[in-house]
Amino acid sequence: MRIPMINLYKKQSGYLLLIIILITSLQLVSFVAKAQTVDLFKMQDEQDKKDKKEKTDITTSIFKTTRLVNGQTIENTGSGILDVKISHRFGTVNTGPYNFFGLDQGTMRIGLDYGITNRLEVGIGRSNYNKEFDGFFKYRILRQSTGKVEMPISISFAPTAIWRSLKDQPETYPIHTSDHFYFSNQLLLARKFNDYISIQLVPTMVHYNITPTTAIHNDFYSMGLGLRERLSKRLNFTAEYYYQLNKYPGYNNSLSLGLDIETGGHVFQLFFTNSTGINESSFITQTEGQWDKGYIRFGFNISRVFTLVKHNQSTTW
Amino acid sequence: MKKVTILLVLLFTCFALQAQKIFATKTGQIKFNASSPLEKIEAVNNQVDSKMVDKTGQIVFSVLIKSFRFENQLMEDHFNENYLETSKIPKADFKGFISNITTVDFSKEGRYQIELNGTLTIHGVSQKVSTTGTLTIVGSKPTITGIFKIKIKDYGITGLYIGDKIASEAEINVKCEYQ
Repeated sequence: MRIPMINLYKKQSGYLLLIIILITSLQLVSFVAKAQTVDLFKMQDEQDKKDKKEKTDITTSIFKTTRLVNGQTIENTGSGILDVKISHRFGTVNTGPYNFFGLDQGTMRIGLDYGITNRLEVGIGRSNYNKEFDGFFKYRILRQSTGKVEMPISISFAPTAIWRSLKDQPETYPIHTSDHFYFSNQLLLARKFNDYISIQLVPTMVHYNITPTTAIHNDFYSMGLGLRERLSKRLNFTAEYYYQLNKYPGYNNSLSLGLDIETGGHVFQLFFTNSTGINESSFITQTEGQWDKGYIRFGFNISRVFTLVKHNQSTTW
Repeated sequence: MKKVTILLVLLFTCFALQAQKIFATKTGQIKFNASSPLEKIEAVNNQVDSKMVDKTGQIVFSVLIKSFRFENQLMEDHFNENYLETSKIPKADFKGFISNITTVDFSKEGRYQIELNGTLTIHGVSQKVSTTGTLTIVGSKPTITGIFKIKIKDYGITGLYIGDKIASEAEINVKCEYQ
C-alpha cells in the first residue's frame, strides 16, 4: 500500500514540476511580450501619418466674408448665424471739394443674410438705388478639400431676384408688375491657392423682364473675376471685375479695388468702385462710372454677425 | 502543498503581466475658454482621440484643431487661420503618463485623483505640463476629467487681441470616456 502511494506522490510532483516549468516558460514569453509593450506615443505618431491621408480637410476662409465688394463670394454665413450687412457708396470722387469728393452723397443697401445650413444661405436686402428689394439664396455644391477627398475648387450657385419699387415714368405702353423684376444667376467657382491668394470666377446671367426697346436683349451675360490677397493677418487686398459679353447701351464694366479689415467678430471693407447700385442687376449691368475719368466712388461694407441658433455646444459639464 | 502554492503564485504573476489593457476613445471632449470681459470665446471639440494603458499609465490625447466648434463662424475661421494656423499645423496633442496609476484599481468602481505629467504640443510648440485630474470607474469603464490653464503666448500664438479681447490664459476642460 505504502509504496504505490509514494510512487503516486512522486508522479504527482513530477507533473507539478512540469507545470511549473511550463508556467515559468510562459512567464518568460510574457516577459518578452512586456519588453515589447505597447508604446502609445509611437502608435499616435503612426496614427497621425495615417490620418493625413485618410481624413478630408475642407479648405476654409477662401474669402473673408460673403461679399467681395459688390458681388457674392464663395463663402456662406454659418448655420444659425444672422449677418446684418450695411453697404454704403458715396458720391463720385471727381465732383471735387465742393461735394467733399463725393462724401456729401450716398447710395446704400441694408441686408440680412442667414445661414440655414452650412451649405445653404438665404438673404434679403433693400437698396435706395431705384428703391430696389432683393432676395437670394446661395448653395454650396462642392467644397475645396485636401486629404482623402482631393477637390481642387469650390463651387456654389447663387440666384437672385430683384424688384424695382421705383414708380414708373409715364410710358406709351402699359407697365405690368412683372416688368419691375430682374433676375440673376451666378455660378461661383473659387480656389484658395495658399494662405495668401484666392481667386474666383463667376459666370453670370442677368435677366431683365423688360427692356426699353426690342433691340436690347433681355439676357446679359458676364464673367466675374475676384481676387483676395493677404497683406497681413488682419488685412486683405480685394479686387472684383465683371466683364460683360453683351452690354446694356451706355453702361460700363464694374471694377472695384478694396481692403478687407478683420476685427474680431466682424469684417470691415473699404474700397473704391465705379458702380453705384449694390445688387446684381444694378452693379453688373448698370455701372455708369469710369475709372480713367475719376468717376469712381468710395464705399464701405459693415457686417455684424449674431448667433441665433447655437449648435454643437454640449456645455453640460 | 508548497509546490502548489508556488504554482498558484506563478500563475497569478503570469496573469498580472499579461493583462495590460489599452483603453481608447475617439469621441472625447475638450472645451476651451479664452473669454475676456469684452468677448465670449469658447469652443468645443467632440472628436478627441485618446488612448491609455492601465498598467504603465501611459496616456495620449490628440485633437484636430479644425474640429473645435465656436458659436460664431467668423471667430472659428479667425481661430483657424490667424491664431492656430491649422493649414500648417492641423493637430495638437498631449503625450504623458499618469504618475500615480498604481493607486487606481481598474476592477473596482470609484473615483481616483490622478497626477498627469507630460508634453503638450499646440501650434507646433511643446511645453512640459503637469496637472491633476479625476479618473472615475463606472462599470469597468474609466472616465478622465480635468481642468488646467495654459498661457497662450507660451505656444507661439500671437495676435494683437491676446490679453485684450482674448484672455491671455485659456482654460482647458477635458472629458474622455474610454471603452
